[in-house]
Amino acid sequence: MRDEVIIVDYDCGNTGSVINMLKFLGKKSKLSSNPEDLYEARWIILPGVGKFDSAITSLINRGLSEALLSVASQKKTPIMGICLGMQVMCKSSEEGILDGLGLIEAEVKKFPMSFDATLKVPHMGWNSVRIKNQGSIFSGLKDPRFYFVHSFYVDCFQKGDIIGETEYGSRFVSAFQKDNIVGVQFHPEKSHSYGVEVFRNFLGLL
Amino acid sequence: MLTKRIIPCLDVKKGQVVKGIKFRNHKIIGDPVELAKKYSDENADELVFYDIYSSVEDKSVSASWIENIAKNINIPFCVAGGITSREKASEILNSGADKISINTPALENPTLITNLAETFGSQCIVVGIDSFFNGTDYVVYAKTGSETTRYMTGMKTVDWLREAQDRGAGEVVLNCMNQDGVRKGYDIEQLNSIRDQCKVPLIASGGAGCISSFIDVFSKCSVDGALAASVFHNDTVKIEDLKQRLSENKIPVRI
Repeated sequence: MRDEVIIVDYDCGNTGSVINMLKFLGKKSKLSSNPEDLYEARWIILPGVGKFDSAITSLINRGLSEALLSVASQKKTPIMGICLGMQVMCKSSEEGILDGLGLIEAEVKKFPMSFDATLKVPHMGWNSVRIKNQGSIFSGLKDPRFYFVHSFYVDCFQKGDIIGETEYGSRFVSAFQKDNIVGVQFHPEKSHSYGVEVFRNFLGLL
Repeated sequence: MLTKRIIPCLDVKKGQVVKGIKFRNHKIIGDPVELAKKYSDENADELVFYDIYSSVEDKSVSASWIENIAKNINIPFCVAGGITSREKASEILNSGADKISINTPALENPTLITNLAETFGSQCIVVGIDSFFNGTDYVVYAKTGSETTRYMTGMKTVDWLREAQDRGAGEVVLNCMNQDGVRKGYDIEQLNSIRDQCKVPLIASGGAGCISSFIDVFSKCSVDGALAASVFHNDTVKIEDLKQRLSENKIPVRI
């Protein structure tokens, strides 16, 4: 097993900033769309900007979804999904018709505009995360603020998987963690010093 | 609570940050990477990196340059300038940009907004609107990077705003041209006139002159962020001081 982070490349953008963050932390990383690399990875980051169905299709077509499911359950490789990457880890999404990876018992929903007419979607900007589990990727953080850009949000079936919640119209799951499976709705790679800590904590998971 | 965003804008022409008065007489004021790093360190919430020359010359911004910016900062940034295709947009996002902003190319080919939003999601597609008050209406201008190329589109600002949103724009930057570069404050009247029509985040642009311009725009209009260039570049307004004052005025900011 190589001591490097594999950043999954599935044509869903925004990989440059993740690479830069890992470089800043002195961690070797590789952008890859090759399933073989996932089997060898010590950590996997699943980034994402885009749409649910096209992301899932791209993961399936490249053989990446099979590899992700296998290493998640067999090798217990730590996998962190960011933004859309978090959402594709769920079972389904209101944004699309395809099944998600199902790495976590959760579904993705659209922000209800009817709930609050003044609520603007996408939810974009710096918002706070209420930490539900200190012994997680939020270890050592107090009242952190992260950068969010998204129109859909995650709803976990198992409340115990929720490690962070954020208020926007109503409360939604901004981070989940179940053993080696981590998902964050915000962009830690863009969240200044708080984001650096999240990456540090994630890289501490083995 | 979602905080109000302070967004320094780096207008770039031929690799140098510039600022002109009312879109004219551009003066070189510094190196883009150096300024980007400075603002990131000072707690700016976001940066806009706007290549005003590329839209005029029909050339796109260079990926290597964006990579340089991304390597030096860890806050979100948006790239604008001559993005006319999905391929170019993909290259820019892969170079480390978080959002892309389109202005003239969207006016010339509105389906570009639809295509980009479908491929990358609305959340990273910003539409910039250069709006001018002609005495009767607010109207949209294109190719405003140079006086010789700019032209009136014949469209009312509010109509273009609606179309851009319907096509999938995830954020709108309204640049009020009458105010730009003259530092008399944001065009609160115009921003308020379109606020109700704008269902996506709205960023005020053009006219910031001092800290009270920001306090005014956030207290009198429900904009999501305020963009400015020269007041930051020439140190008239320091971001730390600005955020402190906004916070004292009960405006939620990230400190």
